[in-house]
Amino acid sequence: MTVTDHTRATSDAAHSHGLAAPTPDASRADRPTSFDVDAFAMPTGREEDWRFSAVRDLAPVLADVEAGGTLDWSVPDLPEGVTLTDLDVASARERSVRAPGDRASAVAAAHSGGAKVLAIAPGTIVDEPITITVTGNGADARGHLLVEAGTNSEAAVVIERKGSATYSEFVSVDLGANAGLKLVLLQMWDADAVHAGEVVARLGRDSRLRGSVVTLGGKVVRLNTSVAFAGEGARVDLFGLYFADAGQHQEHQLFVDHAVPRCTSRVTYKGALAGATARTVWIGDVLIRKEAEGTDTYELNRNLVLSDGARADSVPNLEIETGEIEGAGHASATGRFDDEQMFYLRSRGISEDLARKLVVRGFFADLVQEIGVPEVEQGLMDAIELELEHVNEELSEDAHG
Amino acid sequence: MSTLEIKNLHVSVDTPEGTKEILKGVDLTIKSGETHAIMGPNGSGKSTLAYSVAGHPKYQITEGEVLLDGEDVLDMSVDERAKAGLFLAMQYPVEVPGVSVSNFLRTAKTALDGEAPKLRHWVKDMKASMEQLRMDPAFAERNVNEGFSGGEKKRHEILQMELLQPKIAILDETDSGLDVDALRIVSEGVNRVKETTGLGVMMITHYTRILRYIKPDFVHVFVDGRIAEEGGPELAEQLEAEGYDRFLASA
Ligand SMILES: Nc1ncnc2c1ncn2[C@@H]1O[C@H](COP(=O)(O)OP(=O)(O)O)[C@@H](O)[C@H]1O
Ligand SMILES: [Mg+2]
Repeated sequence: MTVTDHTRATSDAAHSHGLAAPTPDASRADRPTSFDVDAFAMPTGREEDWRFSAVRDLAPVLADVEAGGTLDWSVPDLPEGVTLTDLDVASARERSVRAPGDRASAVAAAHSGGAKVLAIAPGTIVDEPITITVTGNGADARGHLLVEAGTNSEAAVVIERKGSATYSEFVSVDLGANAGLKLVLLQMWDADAVHAGEVVARLGRDSRLRGSVVTLGGKVVRLNTSVAFAGEGARVDLFGLYFADAGQHQEHQLFVDHAVPRCTSRVTYKGALAGATARTVWIGDVLIRKEAEGTDTYELNRNLVLSDGARADSVPNLEIETGEIEGAGHASATGRFDDEQMFYLRSRGISEDLARKLVVRGFFADLVQEIGVPEVEQGLMDAIELELEHVNEELSEDAHG
Repeated sequence: MSTLEIKNLHVSVDTPEGTKEILKGVDLTIKSGETHAIMGPNGSGKSTLAYSVAGHPKYQITEGEVLLDGEDVLDMSVDERAKAGLFLAMQYPVEVPGVSVSNFLRTAKTALDGEAPKLRHWVKDMKASMEQLRMDPAFAERNVNEGFSGGEKKRHEILQMELLQPKIAILDETDSGLDVDALRIVSEGVNRVKETTGLGVMMITHYTRILRYIKPDFVHVFVDGRIAEEGGPELAEQLEAEGYDRFLASA
């Protein structure tokens, strides 16, 4: 077995890690999963999967109690073959592809008051994306969502979260044989939102999941995605785009479990950071099990640090238990948009604000085009522009105020 | 007609050992159409002069003035200086990942002119300039300076100069590290821009070789943070024969 653990990706030389990397526990696959909240101890921040997390801010979603609030779901008229229904807590457990992998999502499932099931019937082909908007009005809420893409179905689902909330969720995504699903999760929260989510996907034979995560808003967002291959010939493409400014803590953990032969996975996450307290965490685990011959996997994380003091942690892990693979690789790099680059652009007449825009747009442009849902792509470039306006204001205040 | 006046310029940098004065009173006036060669040994402060005029934040001006057509350059931000008509071709051009050359150039042109260039003319001008600088059209879609060879970076600097049309350009060792073919291409580019726009040039160089291709009107010998001697083109020939030793001894 080969385990590589790159924990050195903080670009800011003046900033050290503070935490030593614990030795990775046996295998990523050995982590417990359970619907029983008590199966998970209260995180302290020292655990492997919590060591970079904003544990203190996440305390409300770790307590084993009712939350009381709900989010407003705005659901469009659903096309034929697509339904959104309610399911009681016990049945929702049964129908989830697996049990929660940490305390936050166990709490979310336990106190969700029942799940919503978005089902795409077998053979259904939907051309237009199904866009659901979930809005918080200051609520403290727990959620459990099941997305079920039936055999031979083809659809794109966009879930946008906005407003203000303390929200945790457990999302189960089930792809039947030869199903194709694009799933886009947009975190466009207001600045004070706290959001912990776990997305677990199971991919049937020859199915294709294109999962995109965009995190721009919120005070703390911790969004973990796990994909397990259940049938041969399936493929997952996971994209992530995040932009943290001062005061934001954005964490994305990924786990791709190659448990069957001849599946393909691609993970591409990119993040920008600006502002002294901006913080991002990316942990990407890939496990190629002994049975998973012919696996082809590559994961990449890039971070662009736009100002001093922002900190990006990036930890790719690749566990390989068989030599009979097509390919396996990972890359992680954190770059700094530094004073020399800024000077070079400005010396050509480009203002400081525009220079930053130019670089950030360039950094994200190719990724945005990968999401594969044109309706989202344009809106996203606009959202990034807005974020940049905000960042430019902040940074110029820092410099001149 | 433009004039860049550098008057009694003193510049320091912060070092771990404390503040260090690098420029110790530089006086220099450059007018449109003139080419001034600044020649001096490594470490004499030539790049410091170039960066200080362009406004690099690392350099602190402790005394003196820089005026462009009577306007106080030192009071301007870096991009304002570019808008006022100054251009610095850097000794070590910077890589900017994620930003293509064509996007960079168009953004700069738009920023300098206050409006986007007419697309048809712009594309034509860019193509023509790249062709004359023997740059493969594919460069337009590559990221700024990323993976460029030394010579490609220098040609890219001259491409920018030709398209952005400054009044006064400072070329910081644009000739260093170039083979003769590249040197000729780059020099032709500089001469072409001089002819068509009446550009004034401050040409910083360590070697005399470039002076065969770009004829200076004035030569200034730069030693230990100031101009040690000035003259016409004949001074360059003398330097070629004798080197900088005479000046170093007296410095
Ligand atoms: N940022 C800096 N920090 C410390 N020393 C510097 C810095 N920039 C330049 N110097 C010093 O100033 C002197 C002049 O440098 P430079 O202007 O690059 O000379 P030249 O271009 O003539 O080779 C050198 O001794 C160099 O080491
Ligand atoms: Mg130099």
